Amino acid sequence: METISSIKPLGAVLVSLIAAMLILVTGDRHRNLRETWTLLAAVIKFSLVFSLVGPVLEGRSVETTLLTLVPGLKLQLRVDAFGLVFGLLASGLWVLTSIYSVGYMRSLQEHAQTRYFFCFALALSATMGIAFSANLLTLYIFYEILTLSTWPLVAHKETPEALAAGRKYLVYTLTSSTLILFSAAAIFVQTGTLDFTPGGFLAGRVAEGMLPLLFALLLFGFGVKAAIMPIHEWLPSAMIAPTPVSALLHAVAVVKAGVFGCLRVILYVFGPALLIQKGLWFPFALLVSFTILAAGMIALGEDNLKRRLAFSTINSLSIIILGALLRSKSGITGGILHLANHGFLKITLFFCAGAIYVKTHKELVSQLDGIGKQMPLTMAAFTIGAMGLAGIPPINGFISKWYLCLGALEAHEMIFLVVFLLSALLDVAFLFPIVYNAFFKDARGKPPHFDEAPRAMLVPLMITALVSVILGIYPDAFLRFFSLAAMAVQNILGGG
Amino acid sequence: MNAPQIPAAILIILIPLMTSYSIPLLGWRWRGAGYYLALLAIGASLVCSLILLYTVLTVGTIHYHLGGWLPPWGIEYVIDPLNGFVGVVVCCLSFLVTLSSRASVEKELADKKVRFYTIYLLLFTGLMGITVTGDVFNLYVFLEIASLTAYALIAIGEDGAPLAAFNYIIMGTIGACFYLLGVGYLYIMTGSLNIADLAKLLPALYGSKVVLVALSFFLIGTAIKMGLFPLHVWLPDAYTYAPSAVSSFIAPLMTKVMAYILIRVMITVFEPSYSLKAVPAGTILSWLAAAAILAGSILAIAQSDFKRMLAYSSVSQIGYIVLGVGLANATGLVGSLLHILNHGFMKACLFTVAAALMLKTGGRNIYQLPGMHRRMPFTMAALAIGALSMVGVPPTCGFFSKWYLILGAIEAGQWVFVGVILLSSLLTAVYFMRMIEIIFLRPAPSGGNESGEGVRDEIPLSMSVPLWILAAGILLLGLFNERIVSGILRLALPAGY
Repeated sequence: METISSIKPLGAVLVSLIAAMLILVTGDRHRNLRETWTLLAAVIKFSLVFSLVGPVLEGRSVETTLLTLVPGLKLQLRVDAFGLVFGLLASGLWVLTSIYSVGYMRSLQEHAQTRYFFCFALALSATMGIAFSANLLTLYIFYEILTLSTWPLVAHKETPEALAAGRKYLVYTLTSSTLILFSAAAIFVQTGTLDFTPGGFLAGRVAEGMLPLLFALLLFGFGVKAAIMPIHEWLPSAMIAPTPVSALLHAVAVVKAGVFGCLRVILYVFGPALLIQKGLWFPFALLVSFTILAAGMIALGEDNLKRRLAFSTINSLSIIILGALLRSKSGITGGILHLANHGFLKITLFFCAGAIYVKTHKELVSQLDGIGKQMPLTMAAFTIGAMGLAGIPPINGFISKWYLCLGALEAHEMIFLVVFLLSALLDVAFLFPIVYNAFFKDARGKPPHFDEAPRAMLVPLMITALVSVILGIYPDAFLRFFSLAAMAVQNILGGG
Repeated sequence: MNAPQIPAAILIILIPLMTSYSIPLLGWRWRGAGYYLALLAIGASLVCSLILLYTVLTVGTIHYHLGGWLPPWGIEYVIDPLNGFVGVVVCCLSFLVTLSSRASVEKELADKKVRFYTIYLLLFTGLMGITVTGDVFNLYVFLEIASLTAYALIAIGEDGAPLAAFNYIIMGTIGACFYLLGVGYLYIMTGSLNIADLAKLLPALYGSKVVLVALSFFLIGTAIKMGLFPLHVWLPDAYTYAPSAVSSFIAPLMTKVMAYILIRVMITVFEPSYSLKAVPAGTILSWLAAAAILAGSILAIAQSDFKRMLAYSSVSQIGYIVLGVGLANATGLVGSLLHILNHGFMKACLFTVAAALMLKTGGRNIYQLPGMHRRMPFTMAALAIGALSMVGVPPTCGFFSKWYLILGAIEAGQWVFVGVILLSSLLTAVYFMRMIEIIFLRPAPSGGNESGEGVRDEIPLSMSVPLWILAAGILLLGLFNERIVSGILRLALPAGY
């Protein structure tokens, strides 16, 4: 594959870092200027990332080498098809989330807004770094920065409950980071490299006995952010964060960074061939299947809307990992596509939850009867999100779930096909009643009148819902998710 | 390869020594003279140390013969990449810390300023002397100069300072005596006090019990002086009760120079194959270090006094340095040497923040700090950088020392120590993240308004500029550590590594 050297990947990472500094300096005195930095950085970042789509689809990878970090390893960014999917998802959704954040924070007159926007910008810098990392050490560095920049966001409310959630978040994520560090060091000593290679680079270079241990450590290491059970507990607790944080970070950036890390390990460090050969994929496929079903069932019983969505996220993330573990062409394609599609769907759902909270201060599902009459547009978007997660056409969720099921069939693993179908049923079960109650039941108390969320919040959620529909009809539209996913799979399976 | 007799090798000692004598003289007339003279002298030494390091790297090892007397009868100063590196680290950190000392000396020691800077500069001279000398007895002389001045400086603090200094005197003198006994035994067996000469003469005597005892005494002596667990008991009180300017100076430097003595003894005076492998000193040191790493971290968690917390943290960090030596491989030793630099910067930064807090709030209790980032945003930001580096978050420098140590432990097949290093990172995270949470995330006590602009009360420039150089250094040393490792540290390794 031809490699171009360019400053753009570095630019994409740095632009929000610079914005973060500007946000700190501007402070609370000039709120509009401060918000401008965020929006400007988001737009520039997305443009930079989008401009990389062309070269990558032509088969080239775009690279920035920064410096040699330790003898033998460089701090290096390399944009390949898989990384670009994540990069596009995160940067594109940040533009929308920034607009939404402004509406949310100002409507609620939240405190510590400078800290909020500063940490958010920093977190997005780290996310871009993760998406574009060329080797495991670079990824680890940005992964740590992501943990630290999102911690103040989790604890934003500064209540004892929020601080406790923040501490739990740190304990889970920092412990998992040590597992990743250990594995990276062990791999480096044995192979002398940590570069991500499509199809994996460990085969034949690492002691046989160490392979299962390293795989377990790496998957559990990244699995904390990817909310695999039993190390998922931080995510429902983190729902105490403001909703834009939950929407972008805990439905898209942070958790997808965990899934992204898992997929990098499965597809670019170990590789499907090695995993089949050693039979390593099966125990983990079982573990994530358990997560899928258990999370779905717990979601049924959750009355707090955001917590229900959190368990739905846990369910979906493990679906993505299962797709990659199935190591078949459609399975991996479905996994990568679902990484993107789920992002749009989940962020829509969280945006709706936030809009409902801002307008009515309602957090519980049981309080949402008849809200469809008060906020029809919001609930329409919610319905689209719910349909997409369940895999109902013509929403984008259908496309990725179709490929995932195909993947199970290609790999001749009926049990996992059943898992996918059951999870779709569970999705219907815990999301559709909300839709039904919203539209077809009468609200308690006084009859509602049309009273939608502020425009800054309403427009982003309608856009994400609309994009989900467009991507359901034409999956390769605009962001070229499908082509990128297909290209990534071809490199992995062709090269491995 | 010998380099010409560069004056920098002797000036690096002579300038601070002579200046320290002139401070009381000038101070009689102008009380503020101490600060500026100390700064000037240390600055001059810094320039000398840079010249020396540059010469070593480009030309070769420097041998400077005092008074023109040839070794092994005369005393010589030998500068090779190892002590050239340590010399630059000591001078650089000393300069920055001295720069920041003005405000806190003014507040805590105003009436003792002149005497303070005199003894302070003598302490610096002692430390530099230990670093550049090539003679084991000359090293003892400088060791005693450094120790005695340190005892005096610690004793002028408040609260329990005199008692802390007394504890330190007792233990420190015992340590120095062990070192002297080691020197004595080697002299009896070889008739020489010159390090290079000993290195030539000793291999023939490795079977001797006397030499073995000498090595053991060196180890015990330096272990006491370094504060290696379980001989660290003098350290927490000494660091906590010393005046702010003193702890900022001693904490990053003193124990590192003692660690340098350990390294010098283990790899130059004695050959590593003897000292670390034949005598299982390598194994003993590694296990003691592992205990130090864990004990220091655990004890630090229990502290609510900021300086005491940092003191126990230092006990833990000394463990890292000794672990790298004990692993007996190249990567481990590189990790140790890099950590001498990194820990120096980190602790200098953190203790300067402690000095800043003492200056502005008069207290050391970490639980009184919520919302401090509104009053002293830049200082607290520097604290955050220092704290993250101690935890080992990349790309700060603290991460990289751990990386090399982990790699060294894996290469040596010592998986237990890998676990110890990783576990200690998590334990360190407990007490440092707790501090960051208290300061940045907990609500300030009643009365804090949203922007808090009116209550901004930052430290004076004389303190904040060096603090920021230290904080920036933590980041830059992390990002560019590979240059240091490949360009300097690899050259400092002994043959056979």
